[in-house]
Amino acid sequence: MLALDRVSKTYPNGVQALARFSAEIRQGEIVAIIGGSGCGKSTLLRAIAGLDRASSGTVILDNEAIASPHAKIGIIFQEPRLLPWLSVADNIGFGLADAPAAERREKVARALERVGLAEKAQAWPRELSGGQAQRVAIARALVPQPEVLLLDEPFSALDAFTRRDLQDHLLDLWADTRPTLILVTHDVDEAVVLADRVLVMRPRPGRLFDQIEINLSRPRDRNSPLFENFKRSVLTSLDRSLDRSVPDRDATQGPGQAMWW
Amino acid sequence: MSSDAPVLQQTSEPAESAAAPSRLARYARPMLGVLLPLTLALGWEFLVWRGWSNGRLVPPPSRVFATIVDLARSGELVRHIAATLWRVGLGFAFGVVAGTLLGAISGYWSLARRLLDPTVQALRAIPSLAWVPLFILWLGIFETSKVVLIAVGVFFPVYLGVMGAILIVDRKIVEVGRTFRLSGPAMIRRILLPAVLPAYVVSLRVGLGLGWMFVVAAELIGASEGLGYLLLDGQQLGKPAQILAAIVIFAILGKLTDWLIEIAAAPFLRWQDAFGRTRGA
Repeated sequence: MLALDRVSKTYPNGVQALARFSAEIRQGEIVAIIGGSGCGKSTLLRAIAGLDRASSGTVILDNEAIASPHAKIGIIFQEPRLLPWLSVADNIGFGLADAPAAERREKVARALERVGLAEKAQAWPRELSGGQAQRVAIARALVPQPEVLLLDEPFSALDAFTRRDLQDHLLDLWADTRPTLILVTHDVDEAVVLADRVLVMRPRPGRLFDQIEINLSRPRDRNSPLFENFKRSVLTSLDRSLDRSVPDRDATQGPGQAMWW
Repeated sequence: MSSDAPVLQQTSEPAESAAAPSRLARYARPMLGVLLPLTLALGWEFLVWRGWSNGRLVPPPSRVFATIVDLARSGELVRHIAATLWRVGLGFAFGVVAGTLLGAISGYWSLARRLLDPTVQALRAIPSLAWVPLFILWLGIFETSKVVLIAVGVFFPVYLGVMGAILIVDRKIVEVGRTFRLSGPAMIRRILLPAVLPAYVVSLRVGLGLGWMFVVAAELIGASEGLGYLLLDGQQLGKPAQILAAIVIFAILGKLTDWLIEIAAAPFLRWQDAFGRTRGA
């Protein structure tokens, strides 16, 4: 289980990006974090990844505090961030440098097969399309079998068609080992398609505003009325989060009650 | 059926016109580089041949060539080239190793950079030839002082190239290394050095150029063999053809070794997605 306990982040210039964010995320759960720009979504994700340290509060994964990148936590960024000097296969195997060569080869081959890029194994990253490159990035993050996979707006740079394709693909890959997925997005559709639970954040300072359980079985039909209902409730919540006249829900219940549900 | 014909024509036409310039370019492009020196050389040869110039101080290419052949026949040439190549090679190797190590260290650790870099930059500001008297006092007039002088010349561009390039490596790519928990040396080896490789090759070439420069300086100061010695000998005995012969050989060796670096680096740079890949060579 991943426990976030009052995670706050104040940048050196005094900007408070994240204030007392608390949540508990079950192993294997898919959580989408959504919110207006500047609500601290990416700050939160970087704190969980151990790339940035929280100013206060703790990130605890299986009773272990996270302060620096951890083997059990993988991350996929908005850009593929492939290493241009490594072939596609070597990029995917980047996190397996310590594994024996035979094992690495086998895992990489399987991952290539899984993301449908087997014939691109020896290609350079510059020869890939945006969607293919992001698929390689997903494979690279998944190959070391992390318990938690963080995704920072992973499909936002792709066209709508490729995005849908990759969302389905991601769910497919997730089903293999069922890691915890924490996905930062600004796409309501994406959040409702993928997530078991949507956390809505509100900006200045970034904090948890609302959360919505998506009780829909998978695979989800994007055109079903139920799907539309969930989309509408996320959108409504998002609108309210940006409306300054709406008070924080947890604020009315005093400190220590941040988990108001 | 008749509608197929125009399509066929359309596809075959661009294919032909694309092949023609590439075949021409393959031979024409290297020739383009030879055009200017060849014209100048032939022109000068012609002027001397017609007797419009006696060519005593500026000997024509044929006389320079004859000098090279003479030197080659007597075995002198091989001895001089070998001596010079050995000095440059050794000095280059030491300079590159030291420059790469220290450049990587001060590029990666900011503490090391603060400690080390000001001193290195101050030393770099000293004209390297100013070290010559000191090196001769310390290391004698034989090989050691020459090799050290060349190594010093090679060190600075390599050091600066590696450090400067590491400092501007994309943070996003370094973060990939961090998420995979690379240790410091692993980060340098697996992320930073490959990322700076294109810039590194350039600094190696600059360093090699300086190596050739300093080998001449070292050999002019005191040597009994080497191409620099040929220069000095030609000056003292009034043999301009011999000086020019040495200069020509310097040009050939310099270009050749530079080309070797380019060739050796090319397989490691195939991944590049850059301007030079599509337009260059």
